[in-house]
Amino acid sequence: MKTYEQINDRIASGKAVVLTADEIMDYVDKKGLEAAAKEVDVVTTATFGPMCSSGCFINFGHSKPKIRMSEAWIEDVLVYTGIAAVDVYLGATQLRHGDPANMYYPGEFRYGGGHVIEDLVAGKSLQLFALSYGTDEYPRREIRTWFTINDVNQATMVNPRNCYQNYNVAINDGDRTICTYLGVLEPRRGNATYCSAGQLSPLLNDPYYDIIGVGTRVWLAGAQGHVYAEGTQHAGACERTPNGVPMEGAGTLALTADMKHMKPEFVRGVSLRGYGVSLALGVGVPIPILNEQVLKRTCVRDRDIQAPVIDYSSDYPNKTGRTLCHVNYEQLRSGEIEIDGKKIAVASLSSYHKALEIANLLADEIRRGDFLLSGPIQPLPKNTAMKSLVIRKKPV
Amino acid sequence: MSQTSIKKLVLFFPRYDCEQPIIYHLVKDHNLIVNVYRAKVTPEEEGYLVLDVKGTEQDIDKAMEFLKTCNVVVNHSGKGVTWDEHRCTHCSQCITHCPTDALHIADPATRKIAFDEDACIECLACIRVCPFGACASAF
Repeated sequence: MKTYEQINDRIASGKAVVLTADEIMDYVDKKGLEAAAKEVDVVTTATFGPMCSSGCFINFGHSKPKIRMSEAWIEDVLVYTGIAAVDVYLGATQLRHGDPANMYYPGEFRYGGGHVIEDLVAGKSLQLFALSYGTDEYPRREIRTWFTINDVNQATMVNPRNCYQNYNVAINDGDRTICTYLGVLEPRRGNATYCSAGQLSPLLNDPYYDIIGVGTRVWLAGAQGHVYAEGTQHAGACERTPNGVPMEGAGTLALTADMKHMKPEFVRGVSLRGYGVSLALGVGVPIPILNEQVLKRTCVRDRDIQAPVIDYSSDYPNKTGRTLCHVNYEQLRSGEIEIDGKKIAVASLSSYHKALEIANLLADEIRRGDFLLSGPIQPLPKNTAMKSLVIRKKPV
Repeated sequence: MSQTSIKKLVLFFPRYDCEQPIIYHLVKDHNLIVNVYRAKVTPEEEGYLVLDVKGTEQDIDKAMEFLKTCNVVVNHSGKGVTWDEHRCTHCSQCITHCPTDALHIADPATRKIAFDEDACIECLACIRVCPFGACASAF
């Protein structure tokens, strides 16, 4: 048994033993669970992939004379201004003004909110255009200026949903190519796509949310941030394998961090043909090895994690709830799965390569004593279920 | 006797030279076997052509001289499609769409993607499916 304080003391003195979730299984196999639990202080987990429910608050400071922005665009991408005078919220999936979307199907969606966020973190100069109705204390009616992240008071990433615990494998049972948020799917099960770091993914290493909770310090695109709430659609009540790993989406995390400390290579705009724009983010979460049980959970392997295969031509859009079958991440990472006797080529939308890089970067930061762990101030709910939107008539 | 070789070329046609039967002359006058990957040669506009030429080195050299007389700009890099390693996040979305495995997983342990330019047939599937704009076409 170890405590957060003991582990942080070892980190601060540069003595912490840190392994990635990719390395820990073989280490435990070699050393045994009991000895490894005494020796290892932290296991780092990570993921990198599109996380649509991402965005940021920006405070621009005041111009002279002042404006209370009522409509605003950054690089022609609409931002939300229904908050204080010069605060805005920029969402990852917001399209650029004038984007034809799917008017000429499939749309290309070359630039949008996710790309603005990438450019902002990369230090590029961006155009702000804002309008106002004018008030006595905020008389300016219009402003056009250029700014970088260094010019603004705050640029705070606030993501309502990141780090889906597990995710669907998408295939297309129909007879035409479809364009989805999981990529382009060829007809008649021509290919399959998935989106998870599997054995490296944070919540798959803590399946019952025993460790990760509100207040947990995380590595968000290179900045030190934290979990500020359960993520939207967090639903721990789901079918699980005998080792407790969810067999569907399940848990999610709401994350925040200061964008001024982020690394641009882990904040990347995404253009999904026929679907829209998004933002791909790199997230690392350290798991303190408080006891053997915690360590055991981090030893989950790709072959122990099952993902549901869903038909995105019909079952997904029509919300039938049908799952064709389950496949494990070892099968997915082999590049080919077999369903009903047919071999199907598989690709990932999430980058295991980047996730591995993040797990190693975080491990290095902890070893250097630059990243201390913080325990949760409130646990994530374990047994909440996902609700549906019911279409009903106006109550009389 | 000069050795037979294959060269991949990207030809750029200025606007005023788009209507010459250049491929005909490569085949007929210079004995080259031509394999066109893709072309965009429109009258009154600029044109591009990506192709392999196969023949003796002597014939290929003579053909290059001929192309110069036609004001065609020859890019010997043969790169009509490029892959930007720094824009690539190594997600692997492209690999099931690439028909020749030009884009492939180079290292199964780190899942790193690599691009084999020689294997690329310029079908442009990668440009359609890459979410990060890592693949680009010269035209």
